[in-house]
Amino acid sequence: MSLLNSARTAGRTDGAGRGGFVMALRAEWTKLRTAGGAGWLCLLAVALTVGVGCGTARAVRCPDAGCGQDAVRLAMTGVTVGQAVVAVLAVLVVSGEYGTGMIRTTLTAVPNRLAVLGAKATVVTTVVLASGTVAVLASLLAARHILPGNGFTEAHGYAPLSLADGPTLRAAVGSVLYLGLIAGLGLGVATAVREAGTAIGIVLGLLYLFPVVGQVVNDPEWQDQLQRIAPMTAGLAVQATVDLPGMPIGPWEGLGVLAAWTTAALLVGGLLLRRRDA
Amino acid sequence: MTTDLTPRPPATRRAGRGGFLATLRAEWTKFRTVRGWVLAVAAAVLVTIAVGLLGTAAPGPGGPGTGPVAYPKGPGGEAVNDNFYLVHKELTGDGGLTVALRSLTGVADTGIGEAPTEGAQPWAKAGIIMKESLTQGSPYAAVMATGGHGVRMQADFTRDTAGPSGAVAEDAARWLRLVRSGDRLTGYASADGSRWTEIDSVELPGLPRTVRAGFFAASPQAMQDTAAGTGFGPAVATGVFGAPDLAGDWSGGAWSGTQVGGDAGTSGSYSGTTRGGFTQAGDGFTVTGAGDIAPVVGGPVMGGGYSVENFLVGTFAGLVVLIAVGTAFITGEYRTGLLRTTVTAIPSRGRVLGAKALVVGGVAFAVGMAAAAITLPIGERGALGRGFRVFPVTSATELRVVVGTGLLCATVAVLALGVGTLLRRSATAVALVVASIVLPFLLATSGVLPPGASEWLLRVTPAAGFAVQQTLPYYAQVLSVYEPATGYYPLAPWVGFSVLLGYAALAFGLAVVRLRGRDV
Repeated sequence: MSLLNSARTAGRTDGAGRGGFVMALRAEWTKLRTAGGAGWLCLLAVALTVGVGCGTARAVRCPDAGCGQDAVRLAMTGVTVGQAVVAVLAVLVVSGEYGTGMIRTTLTAVPNRLAVLGAKATVVTTVVLASGTVAVLASLLAARHILPGNGFTEAHGYAPLSLADGPTLRAAVGSVLYLGLIAGLGLGVATAVREAGTAIGIVLGLLYLFPVVGQVVNDPEWQDQLQRIAPMTAGLAVQATVDLPGMPIGPWEGLGVLAAWTTAALLVGGLLLRRRDA
Repeated sequence: MTTDLTPRPPATRRAGRGGFLATLRAEWTKFRTVRGWVLAVAAAVLVTIAVGLLGTAAPGPGGPGTGPVAYPKGPGGEAVNDNFYLVHKELTGDGGLTVALRSLTGVADTGIGEAPTEGAQPWAKAGIIMKESLTQGSPYAAVMATGGHGVRMQADFTRDTAGPSGAVAEDAARWLRLVRSGDRLTGYASADGSRWTEIDSVELPGLPRTVRAGFFAASPQAMQDTAAGTGFGPAVATGVFGAPDLAGDWSGGAWSGTQVGGDAGTSGSYSGTTRGGFTQAGDGFTVTGAGDIAPVVGGPVMGGGYSVENFLVGTFAGLVVLIAVGTAFITGEYRTGLLRTTVTAIPSRGRVLGAKALVVGGVAFAVGMAAAAITLPIGERGALGRGFRVFPVTSATELRVVVGTGLLCATVAVLALGVGTLLRRSATAVALVVASIVLPFLLATSGVLPPGASEWLLRVTPAAGFAVQQTLPYYAQVLSVYEPATGYYPLAPWVGFSVLLGYAALAFGLAVVRLRGRDV
């Protein structure tokens, strides 16, 4: 950030340069806090994640040892649904301003457009990481109570879910980071295309279409390749705790693929934001 | 119409005169003049085709240039497995064949390193058959004992009639009889060889004077349900027959044995240590075979092949675009304030929304139908060229799938319009509709959820509408995995579609009420 500040002309009077990034952050935080239903969306994301996780945990049974289920992943199935709400939140933070014309005011107040995008990204990601932590922890806690009743017992090779277990902790932390990256992806796409409906269509399309197409691909090699490049399937590899060598991509590498998608989206968004008229 | 309108003030009467058609024209003009929407519609067609073709573009099982393979077709045009071991002679004219089946046993391979499992598969078959020729798919009628479903008479692959129940055992032999009289074949069963019950009688029109007739054995693969999923392993069936009693003009010489179809087909297989064959001991026969005489169904028993709906996987991509357009068609007017002009020009708000639904639904219908009609022939030809089997469907089914895809797109677009009117925010509306259609499908077919929960999801959510694309048939006499993960929807095509239609109607109805009752 210091790079951005030093590049500025010293004689700026608009105030953007002086307060710099911190001011932009405060502005974005105020907007997110007061306008729109950001709070409701966060609540909805948590509720959906936990609800779907509970539903899945209740539905799946493990009748005997070696049923091959990934209890940790089951517990956090809700992330696949909750991410849609996270994407909506992220998209609205940008597109909402374009919809109302607020973006022009924002950019007048903070002429450094990358600072605006950076501030938005920081605020939204922080909020999403916080909600994601709540959602993931609640999902794990709920599953810890539900799963043993469905046959996920010590006798069948399932210890109670616990964050003290390395892979479980990695899956939990990874899932929270996953949601944060989804927010970044939504933000980047929304900055690039501006219109809210289009942006959310593109984000959800990117997330959900790859696995749908994967259903009909009947060449194992193609299927693995698809799972390696798809933002959702690769990113959610971070939730896996069983049969890791058999997975097309490792947990952190998978999250790295999603991070690459997010970075690309933010770069394109940032570039267009700088180049284009608001 | 005019009497209704007279009490209205002049301003509204003007709108009334043009009526619904004028409103429709206005909405159509709005739609076609927004360049983004026209481009989006073109994009919807393109992505539906592109995703469908790319998704099914994997190289074929035998590499390129292996040439087309196809499922044999039965007399009704359906894909069939016609693979079994047959001990046969020729029968000319009317005649009959009576034989006692002394036992039906089987062996199945359950996995590498494990001892083979004894016992006939539920739909392992041994019995007598009269068949037009040894060509796969030719008409036939057969009387047989099965591993777990008693004595049955089956004909022309899809016809299946139950006879006396109970398994064949050492002390409980089954006498089977098949009699031809003209084009009519009648099957009988008996527990003692003297008191006979007729099972069924079928007409096989055009059956030649001379047919192949004899004893057969076939066994589909052994299905093992484990908690980790369903596995299939090679299995054979062995039938021990007593001395046959032949009536009519039978060819002389010895009985000959043939594996009809050359191999065990897609639903059966021989293990490394088993193969088809027969031995003659005294007057009786022992016949061993793998395969099945039955229609092909979806799931693992389908083998490497595509069903028609596989090529339409791009519908999801097209739908995401159409949902965005359908939503923007109303939320865009809210955003720009155009809606105030619209309802000033046409004060009947229900009519405005109706015209919008008709425009966006009509466009989406055309998108879905055009994309499906283009994708199917290209995809099928490509897959055949790369050495894949393509599940054959009747033209009526194909028409249902193409029209159904159009209606699916239209309904989803109207649903998006309704939800957009209710929520007014395009992001939330698009997300809600996309998630409610794609997510249940994903969760149901990914194999995470148990079949019961998956089927429930595809019954009650808008994703039920995709049932209209299903072409895979279900047959009770063929064991397979009939689950969403293998392409089987819990609801019949049009029933599933009407669930989606219900959601769209509900959203549209609420939208009309909301639009009427609220300031714009």
